[in-house]
Amino acid sequence: MLERIGLGSLDQLYSDVPAQFLHKGQYQLPDAMSEQEIRNWFASLEAKNAKLKVFVGAGAYDHYTPAVIPYLCSRSEFLTAYTPYQCEISQGTLRYIFEYQSLICELTGLDVSNASMYDGPTAAAEAMKMAIACARKKTRVLLSKSLLPHVIKVVETYAKFHGVEIGYVPAPDGQTSLEALKAELAKDDVAGVIVPSVNRYGIIEDHTGFADAVHEEKGVLVEYCDPSALAVVKTPGEWGADIAVGDGQPLGLPLCYGGPYVGFMAVKKEHMRKMPGRIVGQTVDKEGRRVFVLTLQAREQHIKREKATSNICSNESLMALWVTIYLSLMGPEGLRQVNKLSSDGAHYLKAELLKTGKFEDVFPDKPFLKEFVLKPKAFPGQMQKKLEEAGFFAALDTEEGYVSFCVTEKRTKAEIDSLVATVKEG
Amino acid sequence: MSKILDNLKYSESHEWVKVEDNIAFVGVTDFAQKEMGDITYVDMPEEGDDVLAGEEFGALESVKASSELISPVSGTVVLVNSELEDAPEKVNEDAYGAWIIKVEMSMPSELDKLMDAAAYKKMIGE
Repeated sequence: MLERIGLGSLDQLYSDVPAQFLHKGQYQLPDAMSEQEIRNWFASLEAKNAKLKVFVGAGAYDHYTPAVIPYLCSRSEFLTAYTPYQCEISQGTLRYIFEYQSLICELTGLDVSNASMYDGPTAAAEAMKMAIACARKKTRVLLSKSLLPHVIKVVETYAKFHGVEIGYVPAPDGQTSLEALKAELAKDDVAGVIVPSVNRYGIIEDHTGFADAVHEEKGVLVEYCDPSALAVVKTPGEWGADIAVGDGQPLGLPLCYGGPYVGFMAVKKEHMRKMPGRIVGQTVDKEGRRVFVLTLQAREQHIKREKATSNICSNESLMALWVTIYLSLMGPEGLRQVNKLSSDGAHYLKAELLKTGKFEDVFPDKPFLKEFVLKPKAFPGQMQKKLEEAGFFAALDTEEGYVSFCVTEKRTKAEIDSLVATVKEG
Repeated sequence: MSKILDNLKYSESHEWVKVEDNIAFVGVTDFAQKEMGDITYVDMPEEGDDVLAGEEFGALESVKASSELISPVSGTVVLVNSELEDAPEKVNEDAYGAWIIKVEMSMPSELDKLMDAAAYKKMIGE
């Protein structure tokens, strides 16, 4: 290869790299392994994992994954497909993205969905940028303090490098305060507000009056949602929100050290030209057949350059397919059942934990779904560790000094009782 | 050959201006609409917004391009052509009929910096 490009040595190829940046000496690499050795080595690493019963959520939920999903997703037509620029040869990929978008619109109650984004927190950050683009002259975006901590961190990071000012709305009673929101809006510089549908304490928030207050000041209302919960709680569309974002993980994606997950974004039609990401649309070909194409591309950076709302063109397409198959399998009734079973388990666990006398209730009058927080009377860190030793991932410490629990449809009554018994002993 | 009307003023970024008293109607030229191809969307300001000569006030989108609209005059937008919201193709059909914004001018002397029909014709080389 060097000969072909007219070079005498590898050093010559890297001659542009300043000498002080070149590695000198030998690389510290282990010896090569055979296939059998490498399999054994990875198996020994895997054996170090603790297989805990998951009783925490905090943005990633241990819902059941029907076996048909990984089977279908690993078909080579899906697994190896690249960005569907050429609609003539990409109808299969475009079709499932279109189905995905339709399902996200139905779940969120909004008009237009994009082809998906990286994950929930980055989708929230994109919504922040979109709010600034929609509002033209306003410069500040408000975040509710009841958003998940990692969502707040990621939005703050994006804001810092895009010159967006961030403000906060407190949630003193476990729910974003409308009064505090109105006080911030009165400062006349707010482009948008991001609030959680079900919040970091597991509480289902009441957003009555939020959309009116935000729209009066010409801002946009963004709802950060658990899409699984949208089957049973009020949708962003019903709250009058302009943008819905969140992580698609609860829709059957297994917990896997943080990913790959998938972000979603849906918006009202009037905002679609400011929405980042790809959109697949439906049309007819010259013979009148139903076909799918990428559409509204003039929004995107390869056309609009630096004026585009975002530089995102990629999406988590295979994970979007995963979510599409999950939602098609579950249907509205199946999704309601997942929520009912999870919620029943969580309410049972909370009642049993309170009976142990080791906790105080924090927000007794607030409705919750599958997740809740309690205030432990003893040191929380000790409890999480003790439960880990007994085989449970539970009682996650929060910044406020609470411990957080979550129950999904995968947890049996026997497992819940066993967790409570362990807490009692401790 | 692109259509150029004698009674209008033209900018280097292909906007035309028609003046009625202190009001300026602003649109894009026939040459510009031909260059863009099928217009699919006109991004317009809101009524009451201020515009500045030489500054962006909106954008045109076609199937495969996006182009900024630059205001030839300074002033306040008193009306936007809401017909274009649902029928952006009117810009292709009749570029001089499809005005985009109506501006109450704050500096009418800026009109002197714009081209007349002959100068614009020369600029586009037709």
